[in-house]
Amino acid sequence: MSVKGLFFAGGRPADLLIRGAHLLDPRAGLDGPGDVLVRDGEIAEIGAPGTLVAPEGAETVEAEGLHLFPGFVDPHVHFRTPGQEHKEDLATGTAAAAAGGFTAVVAMPNTAPVIDDAPILRSLRDAAEQQARIPVGFLAAITRRLGGDELTEMAELRDAGALGFTDDGRPVVSAGMLRKALQYQRLAGGVLGLHEEDPSLSNGCVMHEGAVSARLGLAGYPSVGESTIVARDAALALYEQGRMHFQHISAAESVEALAYWKGRGAQVTGEASPHHLTLTDEAVLSLDTRYKMNPPLRAESDRQALIAGLKDGTIDCIATDHAPHAKHEKEVPFEEAPNGVTGLETSFASIYSELVKPGIIPLSLLVEKLTSGAALFDLCTPKIEVGLPANLALVDLGASWVVGEHGYVSRSANSCFFGRRFDGVVRLTVAAGTVAHRAPAPNTTASGVTA
Amino acid sequence: MRHLLSIDDLDREGIERVLDRAASFAEVAGREIKKVPALRGRTVVNLFYEASTRTSSSFELAAKRLSADLVSIRAATSAVAKGESLKDTIATLTAYDPAAIVIRSPHAGAAKLVAGWSDAAVVNAGDGKHEHPTQALLDVFTLRQRLGSLDGVKIWIVGDVLHSRVARSDILAFTRMGANVTLSGPPTLIPRGIEALGCDVEPTLERLPEADVVYVLRMQHERMSEAYVPSLREYAMRYQIGLDRLRPEQLLMHPGPVNRGVELSGDAIDSPQALIGQQVEAGVVVRMAVLYELLAGAGAARVLPTRMEVAA
Repeated sequence: MSVKGLFFAGGRPADLLIRGAHLLDPRAGLDGPGDVLVRDGEIAEIGAPGTLVAPEGAETVEAEGLHLFPGFVDPHVHFRTPGQEHKEDLATGTAAAAAGGFTAVVAMPNTAPVIDDAPILRSLRDAAEQQARIPVGFLAAITRRLGGDELTEMAELRDAGALGFTDDGRPVVSAGMLRKALQYQRLAGGVLGLHEEDPSLSNGCVMHEGAVSARLGLAGYPSVGESTIVARDAALALYEQGRMHFQHISAAESVEALAYWKGRGAQVTGEASPHHLTLTDEAVLSLDTRYKMNPPLRAESDRQALIAGLKDGTIDCIATDHAPHAKHEKEVPFEEAPNGVTGLETSFASIYSELVKPGIIPLSLLVEKLTSGAALFDLCTPKIEVGLPANLALVDLGASWVVGEHGYVSRSANSCFFGRRFDGVVRLTVAAGTVAHRAPAPNTTASGVTA
Repeated sequence: MRHLLSIDDLDREGIERVLDRAASFAEVAGREIKKVPALRGRTVVNLFYEASTRTSSSFELAAKRLSADLVSIRAATSAVAKGESLKDTIATLTAYDPAAIVIRSPHAGAAKLVAGWSDAAVVNAGDGKHEHPTQALLDVFTLRQRLGSLDGVKIWIVGDVLHSRVARSDILAFTRMGANVTLSGPPTLIPRGIEALGCDVEPTLERLPEADVVYVLRMQHERMSEAYVPSLREYAMRYQIGLDRLRPEQLLMHPGPVNRGVELSGDAIDSPQALIGQQVEAGVVVRMAVLYELLAGAGAARVLPTRMEVAA
């Protein structure tokens, strides 16, 4: 099945009465208890709590004490298909997304082979229509083989379903190359997603440059290696009147650059990851490879700048950069380990526990930033509104769990939140009208968690 | 102390305990029969993933003088060269029931990983650019023999700090023992943020005369993937330590191997104020003390006899 640039296996349209949950959807103006009736996969009715009755054949979900949100959208995941299915595939990746309350995700093209021509993209779409538990969209590469020196057939790739383009995992090093992609965007359409990094400042580096890298003797990648390229590329976006989305922004200086160029009228947006919003380079003192990712965990001042950016709108959305790796691949010395952490199953809970519960950001802002990634890639934003397909996440904010060493829905377990206690368990996910995830009843061990 | 992975595993008392033990072994080293039976029947594995002369040979000698059985493995000639992972190598070696594993690796944190995978006491013999704790202990030992105490002693560490695990362990150990540490070297070779370890940074040698001890680091060409200094000639002009830059009372140290004519001039190496030979000598007794402390000392984790001992 496909819905506007997204592909999935589909399923039986849900008939559900979700009774008495606290409905929270800032875009729909909902913030209070209510009943939601889903009929044939669509939101059929919204009523005061206890007022709706389940029609024949519809299941009733008693949801008093739980929160019902619009389904989350993650514009940045790695599903490792084709080529590295031992880490993740479309089935396990989308199931992990559903377990995290996501109802749409966007997969990156840095696979093996790279998604850089239409036949590969078409085969991936076909696979998604067989295997994907929730709708998944695909970005294609900006340059062939992510080589940085030759544009992909962007127009044909768009026709084949690419939501946009990115060389994620690598920067587009040459400004001239990126300029051509921006010019060509006028023909092809689609947002350019950019992994911003100046390799001449980051080559060989394995963590943020600062007191921790000095202590550990690890090569440090300074924040300016990201922010100077954000500033360069945003200037190009304005000059060419192109659309650009900055992926996984990690540095305070990048937030500043983004704010500046937004103010100048550039069509630029930015995302931040749960790990950059909740952890710092101090975690790397353990030399635990769970904390190795690119961009790296940075300083507390960077984390604070990202939070401020979320609040003032400079940062448009939260994206996990879900990057699964097999256990043995991470069981090596820090410098040898691959970059990346999983994130889909911990995204909501990590930010809810670390930023919402302590009162740093409101819950409604978290819900907004976990759904606003959709519009950045021209996807429909999930909304709790009558007549729309049901994209819903039912979450128990009162249930806490400890992030485990294994037992995830994802094929991989490289979570940087291992050992942390989080609040917030996703009980039910309805994606594009079908039930995509259902957690075991309370007081039993949920998937991916040890209670 | 269960393992020695970092100088952070030792407080000041711990360092003093190890060094007092080393001093007692130094007496043994003066005898004709240099062996003591302390680790008889225990197995020590030396696992070296990097070239090393003095560290590996002094650990071998230390284990032998404690009467331990010794297995020395060099990466280039073992299954490691066939692509075996560190974890699998440790699993294999664990079958020999080693009491201690001494590991040198080009990667930070390797010794810590081994400690998580094995029941043996693990000694970090150098992990990447991170730490080299036994070097720092022998440096403190050498200075203590000469000066009695490090309290208030001004130590300048000169040269390539960026690539130096010795510098990191020395900064920690020297400051823990009460010394004041100043780093000096080309700004490209001084890691940003290093002051957080409690030392000062001086970009030039102008104030070098204030130092009581000048600890010169090796220019680590082998760890440099790019040019950090325009030329060794310019490096030598600005930072080479020779007798022209030293006061006669200043003590001179170097972890070896020396690049003669680069970081040190020949006359300085051969001068009586150089403690380089004493450092090498200290290497054996300090490593004996570390192995003893881990395997037979009061805090040793394993008090039961090993399987090997029972079998014998």
